[in-house]
Amino acid sequence: MMKLSLGPILWFWSKQTVFDFYANAAEWPVDTVYLGETVCSRRRELKLADWFEIASVLKESGKQVVLSTQTLIESEADLRALRRICSQQDYLVEANDQSALRLATQNKLPFVTGPSMNLYNTATLKLLAKQGLKGWSLPVELGRETLQQLIVELKNEGLDLPAEVFAWGFLPLAWSSRCFTARHYNLPKDNCEFRCLQHPDGMELRSRESQELFRLNGISTLSGSRYDLMREIPDMEKMGVATVRLSPEHQGMAEVVRRYDQVRRGEAPAADPLQLVEAPPCNGYWYGKPGMDLVDGQA
Amino acid sequence: MELVCPAGSLPALKTAVDNGADAVYLGFKDSTNARQFAGLNFNDKRAGEGIEYAHSKGARVFCAINTYPQPDGWETWKGAVDRAAALGVDAIILADMGLLDYAANKHPQVHRHLSVQGSATSYEALRFYKDNFDIRRAVLPRVLSIDQVRGVAKHSPVELEVFAFGSLCIMAEGRCYLSSYLTDESPNTRGACSPAKAVRWHETPNGLESRLNDVLIDRYGKGESAGYPTLCKGRFEVEGSVYHAIEEPVSLNTLDLLPELKELGISAVKIEGRQRSPSYIADVARTWRQALDRLNAGTGDFCVDPAWNSTLAGLSEGGLTTIGAYHRKWK
Repeated sequence: MMKLSLGPILWFWSKQTVFDFYANAAEWPVDTVYLGETVCSRRRELKLADWFEIASVLKESGKQVVLSTQTLIESEADLRALRRICSQQDYLVEANDQSALRLATQNKLPFVTGPSMNLYNTATLKLLAKQGLKGWSLPVELGRETLQQLIVELKNEGLDLPAEVFAWGFLPLAWSSRCFTARHYNLPKDNCEFRCLQHPDGMELRSRESQELFRLNGISTLSGSRYDLMREIPDMEKMGVATVRLSPEHQGMAEVVRRYDQVRRGEAPAADPLQLVEAPPCNGYWYGKPGMDLVDGQA
Repeated sequence: MELVCPAGSLPALKTAVDNGADAVYLGFKDSTNARQFAGLNFNDKRAGEGIEYAHSKGARVFCAINTYPQPDGWETWKGAVDRAAALGVDAIILADMGLLDYAANKHPQVHRHLSVQGSATSYEALRFYKDNFDIRRAVLPRVLSIDQVRGVAKHSPVELEVFAFGSLCIMAEGRCYLSSYLTDESPNTRGACSPAKAVRWHETPNGLESRLNDVLIDRYGKGESAGYPTLCKGRFEVEGSVYHAIEEPVSLNTLDLLPELKELGISAVKIEGRQRSPSYIADVARTWRQALDRLNAGTGDFCVDPAWNSTLAGLSEGGLTTIGAYHRKWK
């Protein structure tokens, strides 16, 4: 049966909210949980020790825990934090940039790669497999056809590299030197007053015709529509996708997990729409179309 | 410090060399490079002529093959690396790890430069690329502040090239998917951001509208100058305010930073803009040549000639320039 994973929390939530979220998640039918701050180094509600505390609770509940690294590494302080993650031995590491690749391989640590890693072909996967890659996520802008080719080519190479697909949530699309939340409030990035805390699912950016385009989330930009590949699960299972990733939101997540769990068990119709938090759905990337498109597919 | 100029065509290449470029960079006429524009770039014959011209004048030629091949494109991209090597370029600018590996093994004698699309923002990332592919040089993304550039430069195992002038990309390059989210092409997949094929202009009672795949990017009132609808430079609505929520249409200009960049040991400054005309290239190359010559003369304090800045401002988006993220307080 396909595995379900909970991606790292991409938003800035209070420490208590994060602890409560994972206390609940320990009871959910997910197999893997990615932990850690992947967006902004100024988000320090939780210290590394806090993340380890959450990790051990989840591990005791039978979850595989993976520590995710920050996607945009800019400073020596960022590297120090990264070194701490890449020098522990208890958990697998999700490398989200080449700094993490370097530190993980240098320490001979097994690792997986997240959806922001620039992995587009078999030659790259083969190269990283030699260095300790244990699994990989498809970049969000790639779709079914490319994934199918990659899975076939990896099989032909005799490589067992489980593939993960970002299947539900707002898609992380870009990381910047600029903080868009601070910019909105006309605050400097280094003195942002942690305004992201007021936006637990980001700030909507719309066109002047009120079309939902993006969600601003600190230095990151996410899709304005919510990616949802629930009805593709039977197809993904046939293709040999190992895991589908659900990206945390602060409301309704238990229900999202429950429905995806039902679908992977064949207990609910995959086409039944999931409508929890208000946002239009999209699935264009999967079909090789603009990411924001909603394709009717095989429903 | 070396002046690296863009060459989108043979006339642009010659102009850049004639106006003082130490090196030029070009790409083939397909999606193997990050400036895939109709009517732009080189076939093998033109590239050969360009390389011969540049070499005869003592300038070097770099070939950008800096998009990310997917399985059905792998042979094409590999072929582009072979073609560049056969043409005798001085370096290949690459981003994809698989392709870097191929180039390092197949053509070890041809220098490899890490493209800005390779998303290396730390010296640890640079060490990864150096250890695995023996890269000679790396182009740093435009997301780092000058202090952060200093940190990278201090420990960098390779030569560094930084962006000096041209379009300002504020997202970490190599992992920005905004363009493929609104259209079906991104810099990584097709070498295109906000592709021209998806652009439409409409004169409406509300003003001139620019659209990208039908999404309203900007609307200009009377007297406002309209710019190309690069999606991150549009005016959008966030919580009731309409503004340039991601980025203003301004250009990067680091003339003022030149002494600092030199002191940090930066090897080369890069001019963006293979899509630009030869006359633009001439003005920019000449201005930067003068600045670098004055800097390298090393007589006392380097000061920026106001004429240089006014020339560059005249060539910039909206007539405005910024040092962008190099300035930490930039917001």
